[in-house]
Amino acid sequence: MSSNDQKDIDDVTGTDTTGHSWDGIKELNNPLPRWWLWSFYITIIWGVAYSIAYPAWPMISGATAGLLGYSTRAEVAQDIARFEDANSEISAQLASADLNTLLENEDLARFATSAGGAVFRNNCSQCHGSGAAGAVGYPNLLDDDWLWGGDFDNIEYTIRHGIRNEEDWDARYSEMTAYDDIFSNQEVDQVVQYVRLISNQAHDADLAAAGEELFLNNCTACHGDNGAGNRDLGAPNLTDAIWLYGGSVDALEETVRYARFGVMPPWGERLTEAEIKAVTAYVHQLGGGE
Amino acid sequence: MSDTPNTPAKGFLAKHAILERSPTLLLISSLLVVTVGGIVEIAPLFYLENTIEEVEGVRPYSPLELAGRDVYVREGCYVCHSQMIRPMRDEVERYGHYSLAAESMYDHPFQWGSKRTGPDLARVGGKYSDAWHLDHLIAPRSVVPESIMPGYAYLLDTPVNAEYTADLVSTHRFVGVPYTDEMIEVAAADVLAQADPDTDAYDDLLERYPGAQIRNFDGAPGVSEMDALIAYLQMLGTTVDFSTFTPDASR
Repeated sequence: MSSNDQKDIDDVTGTDTTGHSWDGIKELNNPLPRWWLWSFYITIIWGVAYSIAYPAWPMISGATAGLLGYSTRAEVAQDIARFEDANSEISAQLASADLNTLLENEDLARFATSAGGAVFRNNCSQCHGSGAAGAVGYPNLLDDDWLWGGDFDNIEYTIRHGIRNEEDWDARYSEMTAYDDIFSNQEVDQVVQYVRLISNQAHDADLAAAGEELFLNNCTACHGDNGAGNRDLGAPNLTDAIWLYGGSVDALEETVRYARFGVMPPWGERLTEAEIKAVTAYVHQLGGGE
Repeated sequence: MSDTPNTPAKGFLAKHAILERSPTLLLISSLLVVTVGGIVEIAPLFYLENTIEEVEGVRPYSPLELAGRDVYVREGCYVCHSQMIRPMRDEVERYGHYSLAAESMYDHPFQWGSKRTGPDLARVGGKYSDAWHLDHLIAPRSVVPESIMPGYAYLLDTPVNAEYTADLVSTHRFVGVPYTDEMIEVAAADVLAQADPDTDAYDDLLERYPGAQIRNFDGAPGVSEMDALIAYLQMLGTTVDFSTFTPDASR
């Protein structure tokens, strides 16, 4: 084989070889393509320049800030501020608006409803459903059957403070009695059948008749003499076909025995003033607003 | 193979043949090169003062939350849920303030995750009621019809075993979480006390773990893994008092 200073030229291609040979097959020693080599050098230069321009090098207490002064945190703050600025006028208008006269201002109402829709889908839809139709235990917001009231002020209060939560002392509160220990099994059956009667469902007439007095003595304080409910206490109307936890015998029995205690978190701290007003307007226009 | 290489390069550059011909030397040299990257990128994080900025309110997990966190890890929640709100407008608008390093300083291992099949959970605490979490964990589609999350109803039937709580807490101390001897001593009692608002331990528990939520999370008697998981979920992202937080821009 050739020595170091001699080139070992491949006869066929006329190209220098590395000198490596396997069973007589030699490896050509082609130089790297120039474009590749230069790209490589440029990336090195780019890397150095980048680390000077942007935050990069660790020092004693922090990293170098970079000549361009870039910061992800400043950027997100700017980004948010940009959109807040763009909406600041109408947001401020909405935050101080009287919702009862909202519909008089068409632009504001349109803004409130679409902004409220975004707030609703992010924060409320998990319980009330993305279409606001609710689920078992979570009220349907599309109808006009309200537990705590469906005018602007009541909806806003419910959103701001929530229901039966521990975080907000102003949360709406009421607590149904669990009758498991108070009623006998027979009495539970009687009251359940009576509720089936007043809600116009199939029922056992004898049991229902016997349940009337139990109902009058125990349930009317909250649900009203005729069982039509009381919004001051969030006591549902038992005479309509709309049920929060179900109107079947089994569901009613569970309600009577163990009571229900639906909780809604307060949103006053999480949402801005304008967002609260917006989502109030959104819920109000879903169908049941009063 | 030939005896000598036939390279056209001269001087220092010609010496690469030495590396190429000695696998051991090549291996050691590659290791050295890679180590440079490690030293520059990783090592400073251990001494830089602003790696974890100081914020008010972050505290170690209470024993029940820690037990819930174990369930979270065991069930692989991190596979579909991240706990890392990135500093971008869309994320901040949807999930709340971007996550701070301090908020996962007591996480071993951290639960930042890398995939969001479900939503980010970094600030899910307090967003929904306990009853919602219960319904949702038992049968996700009962409350979110479009959900593809599996159900975890069996957590209700699995009691939290307080026998191992002290071990769990001391293991976390071993890896650097500042639990005191007292905290470990009463851990087994604390894990049960947090799910029952009527015990005498109420105030002591709050003193040890400020801001801890104490109630019967799953509404059922006893302390189940459901209690633990909901206790953990309900405290996620709630500890930092953002009114006292001023972001350091150079991060």
